[in-house]
Amino acid sequence: MSTSTTEIAQTDAGPAGAPAAPRRRRGGGGGLGSYLVIRFLLIFPTIFILVTSVFFLMRLTGDPITAALGGRLGPEQLAERVHQAGYDRPILTQYFDYLGSLIRGDFGTTISDRRPVIDVFMTFGAATLELAVYALIVAFLVGIPLGRLAAYHRDKWPDAVFRVFAILCYATPVFFSGLLLKLVFAVQLGWLPVQGRASTGAEIQMESLPNPTGIYLIDAIRTGDGAVVSDVLRHAVLPAIALGLLTAGVFLRLVRTNVIGTLGMGYVEAARSRGVSERRLLRKHAYRPALIPIITVIGLQIALLLGGAVLTETTFEWRGLGFQLTHYLQARDFVAVQGMVVLLAVIVAVTNFVVDVIAALIDPRVRY
Amino acid sequence: MATATAVRHRRGRRDLPVVRQLRQSVGLQRGMLVAGLVLTGVFVLTAIFAPLLAPYSYNQLSDAAGSFGAQQPPSSQHLLGTTVGGYDVLSRVIWGARTALYVVVVAVVLSIFAGVLLGLVSGYFGGWLDRIMVVLADAVYAFPSLLLAIVMAIVISGGQSKMWGGILAAAISITVIYIPQYFRVVRAETVRIKSEAFVESAKVIGAGHWRIMSRHVLRNATRTLPLILTLNASESIATLAGLGFLGFGIEPTAAAEWGFDLNKAIADVSSGIWWTALFPGLAIVLVILGLTLVGESLNDLADPRLRTRRRGGEAPAGVAETAVVPGGTLDAGPGGLAGIEESVDRR
Repeated sequence: MSTSTTEIAQTDAGPAGAPAAPRRRRGGGGGLGSYLVIRFLLIFPTIFILVTSVFFLMRLTGDPITAALGGRLGPEQLAERVHQAGYDRPILTQYFDYLGSLIRGDFGTTISDRRPVIDVFMTFGAATLELAVYALIVAFLVGIPLGRLAAYHRDKWPDAVFRVFAILCYATPVFFSGLLLKLVFAVQLGWLPVQGRASTGAEIQMESLPNPTGIYLIDAIRTGDGAVVSDVLRHAVLPAIALGLLTAGVFLRLVRTNVIGTLGMGYVEAARSRGVSERRLLRKHAYRPALIPIITVIGLQIALLLGGAVLTETTFEWRGLGFQLTHYLQARDFVAVQGMVVLLAVIVAVTNFVVDVIAALIDPRVRY
Repeated sequence: MATATAVRHRRGRRDLPVVRQLRQSVGLQRGMLVAGLVLTGVFVLTAIFAPLLAPYSYNQLSDAAGSFGAQQPPSSQHLLGTTVGGYDVLSRVIWGARTALYVVVVAVVLSIFAGVLLGLVSGYFGGWLDRIMVVLADAVYAFPSLLLAIVMAIVISGGQSKMWGGILAAAISITVIYIPQYFRVVRAETVRIKSEAFVESAKVIGAGHWRIMSRHVLRNATRTLPLILTLNASESIATLAGLGFLGFGIEPTAAAEWGFDLNKAIADVSSGIWWTALFPGLAIVLVILGLTLVGESLNDLADPRLRTRRRGGEAPAGVAETAVVPGGTLDAGPGGLAGIEESVDRR
């Protein structure tokens, strides 16, 4: 056991030993608690830095009121509005005010439609969350089995095909793959709807529910109408594939690499020498530990998914945060943009923390 | 390590990283590298010779025969049809290569310059400055790059702008995202190298900080940059297209930009018009594909010992981490050694 431990410690990106091993070692290490505390405290400087940078960067362009209403109001009216909102005060006063309101959970009020940013976020966040989950499911379903196959046929033609596929997934911008999918499956073949999250009839049915969650699949199931459920699912297929393929490419290459890595490890050799079949070696011995690094990578994928969601939502008119963000950008409503960017920063920081905690629980090498 | 530095000095500029790797590659790997280099070459040549290649200008709406007309299907006059705005699609695709090349070059040069300088200073001097920089870089790094680019684009140009304003805005937005990557790599290498014996010796002789940093540390810390550079170039094409797609592009009258054209094509697609979306999109895919293939191959060839592990780090983090592993490219077994011998032979 001691030799294999040192080996594991050296291979930083390689997968760990059998899944059962970490649990045994956790008691001896004892560093988990302090790691969690340090990792948790690190959230705050991260958010603080992003909030501060975004605040000062956005103020470099001038005050948001002039940006949004500059052409439409006379100079005097404009000055009055600026004064009312407090944008003529010293920048540091505004900054500390802003920090204070953030701590109270006030992320500003949009200029164009005068809604609290947090409300906008809550309303449209469900749609983005739903899209991101669908995309992750697509990524898992496509990326993991294909990565395993590529590793199994290493350096033969299926491997080459899957690797090129993975690079293509990465090279195609989500909005272009989205447009192509739309063109083929929605417009030419007419199999799936062109855009939106549901058809109008289904949306009306779901909105009449008491306390709709905003997550359409849940709402659709609650209506108890099979037609609504299938309508919601049909709308989700193309956006989920467009966004999911981006991440699927990453998963494919990661699984392939890690399975190849674990296939060469000592314990696999040992099993092979005991006469375990190649197929079983791949399925039981090499495959499972190779999945552990995926958890770490999901953390990075969250940022990628959110960026991709902005583009996917614009392509498919999926009314989520990204769609709304584009809308506010076009209206030059920078209070809304700033609020949403800051909220997204908080979400990214928190998800990264959660992912790191899960990774630390599973894999002791991650801990400090 | 000291000998490695000496060899590094003697190698000169003729031994370009890509050329060396092309020689040592075989089979599938060589095919990928060659395909990538060809695609990248076509992209660069198209960008340079855009005025000669394009049948019309990017903002031309009519010629001697009259107005082009909007959304015309491909014909002998307009090989790839016309857009909803009445521009020639082929011409805009060709001119778009030029815009993309400008942005990539400016963005990569700026981010390498800033990232390397910051990484070098931070890693070399250490202390509280180093710690703050690392937290800062990590914060920027973890954030969705497109959102950051949007914020930067607002700051720089307030959204849409003229050609050079738009190019600079896009390039600087992209720069801000990629500085942390160069910073992390160079800093990690610097921290490792500064404890090497040859740096100690330089100190003992009495060399100043700047001399040590520029002559001894920098030359050894930048070995992995070509790999990150190609991968980042492809990401900056994607970011530029994303910005253009969200309406932060360059005005169609000022320059051609693929992402912007795709945005205009969303409505076309719904009514079955395929040529306005397909061709700018294909251009983006082929350029990113070319750059990625080059970057991937360089990555795989850089260090045979780490080969299987390296391929796994597809996310930018994986690339950034490669340089943290001691032993980098130069003294990495057969490949690195062959490269050194070759360069000596040719002299």
